[in-house]
Amino acid sequence: MMLLDAPTSTRRHADDAHTAVIPASDLTRRPGAGARVRATPKGSGRTGGAQRQSGFRLAWGQFWAIVGKDLRTELRTRQVWLSMGVFALLTLLIFSFAFDLRVENTAAVGPGALWVSFIFASMLGLGRNIASEQERGPMDRLLLCPVDRQVIYLAKVIGNVIFIGVVEVVALPVFAALYNLPILVWAILPITLLGTLGVAAVGVIFAALAANTRAREFLLPLLVFPLIVPIVIGAVKATEALVTPIHGDAPWLGLIAAFDIIFLSLSAVLFHFVVEE
Amino acid sequence: MGDPAILVTHLTKSFDARPILRRVSFLLAAGQRLTLLGPNGAGKTTLLRILATLAQPTGGRVVVAGCDLSDEANEARWRIGYVGHQTGLYDELTARENLLFFARMFGLRDGARRADALLARVGLRARASDRVAAFSRGQAQRLALARAILHEPTVLLLDEPDTGLDEDALTLLAELLAERAEAGQTTLFTTHQLARGLAQSDRALILVGGRVAYDGPSAALDVAAVRAYYAGKADDADEEYGEEYAAYDDPDDVGGEP
Repeated sequence: MMLLDAPTSTRRHADDAHTAVIPASDLTRRPGAGARVRATPKGSGRTGGAQRQSGFRLAWGQFWAIVGKDLRTELRTRQVWLSMGVFALLTLLIFSFAFDLRVENTAAVGPGALWVSFIFASMLGLGRNIASEQERGPMDRLLLCPVDRQVIYLAKVIGNVIFIGVVEVVALPVFAALYNLPILVWAILPITLLGTLGVAAVGVIFAALAANTRAREFLLPLLVFPLIVPIVIGAVKATEALVTPIHGDAPWLGLIAAFDIIFLSLSAVLFHFVVEE
Repeated sequence: MGDPAILVTHLTKSFDARPILRRVSFLLAAGQRLTLLGPNGAGKTTLLRILATLAQPTGGRVVVAGCDLSDEANEARWRIGYVGHQTGLYDELTARENLLFFARMFGLRDGARRADALLARVGLRARASDRVAAFSRGQAQRLALARAILHEPTVLLLDEPDTGLDEDALTLLAELLAERAEAGQTTLFTTHQLARGLAQSDRALILVGGRVAYDGPSAALDVAAVRAYYAGKADDADEEYGEEYAAYDDPDDVGGEP
């Protein structure tokens, strides 16, 4: 068997007893190209001596591992929930004082105030969630794992939807009481869910982008707000239609869903460009 | 000698047109321990981050554990363990929860058993249920080592692993490196503890100004010799160095500024 000796140079020790010698059988050349080195067979289902899962089952496990880790961390620190919740409630309260909330006005003003409070609170949570991932290593700990970057992105989106959703569950009854609007109906669920999903879909990717900058708290809303305008309009209009139904109104829920799909798909594809060096 | 664990040919890396690595080439066989030495700013951490798939090279070719990192980075991650300057642990999780999380990320079927065994191995069994936020730097570093070898990587990359470690932990680290070498697993580590680095490795690679100033057996060096390499000017480095690796070059690689 032909042996290919490791190269030597004027600065190397030609008598290096440890210098590697590669069996030529392990090197297969592309036509006219550089050597192709393959040390161990791929797809063997083993990592060193460790038995591992693979394929969809692995991705599913990784997805829930990230979501579960984020939730567990938040349950212990309550940093995100506390700041988001207080902010959302204060915003609703201030708007209730600031606006003229006579009966004929509440339906026009209320949904806007509700979504402004949700979206501003979301920015706090999104920024904090991604920034916490960058502590003790700029997302390296996740990027070192053999995990598809889309799985990381989707896990972060769902994690943030849960964070924001908990705040919304608390804020909605307060909103209904303050603004005296019949908002606590089942139809509010798909509106808040799709609206929140859209905000999280855009927010996660821009939070990751802004996380490495000094002015991330300033940058995040600056980047996100212009993009989520269609979602905000759709969510406000859909919420308004709950209070005062308009015959033949635009299918706002469908519009939010369409933007969610577009933002989720694009962001999932682009996420690895944002997080990888 | 075994299969190549790491092959680096004409690797270049630049940040904002400032070259960090300049046509770095070396080859490391399986089972070897290589200490990567160099003064601050020599490019050691950048080289390690590229090998760990955390950074993209500007030019050149990198093969780790049989995977060309230009198109098989995710496959390579199964075979690479890495401890960087920062421990990469989650402060709000306990030591055991940290290991279990990474076991799930690697899809390990026996994650709990491995986590418990490694906690005992690195002397943290008694603190398995304590949050990492309460750990000292040395304890966090031990846990980071456990996390890095949890999936039994064939290539272990350690960036100054001796940071914050006490004598017991340094002994543990030395034992770990020796065990891995015996098992045919490869370790590449950086350190500023020159004597220790040379003693615990088979080979040494000295980077000065982003260029390879020395690539050879550790036994042929002493601390004074390493310092002499540090004192040498980077621009004096042999321009022809690494030309013999041209056979390994990827024809698709457009290269970068040397």
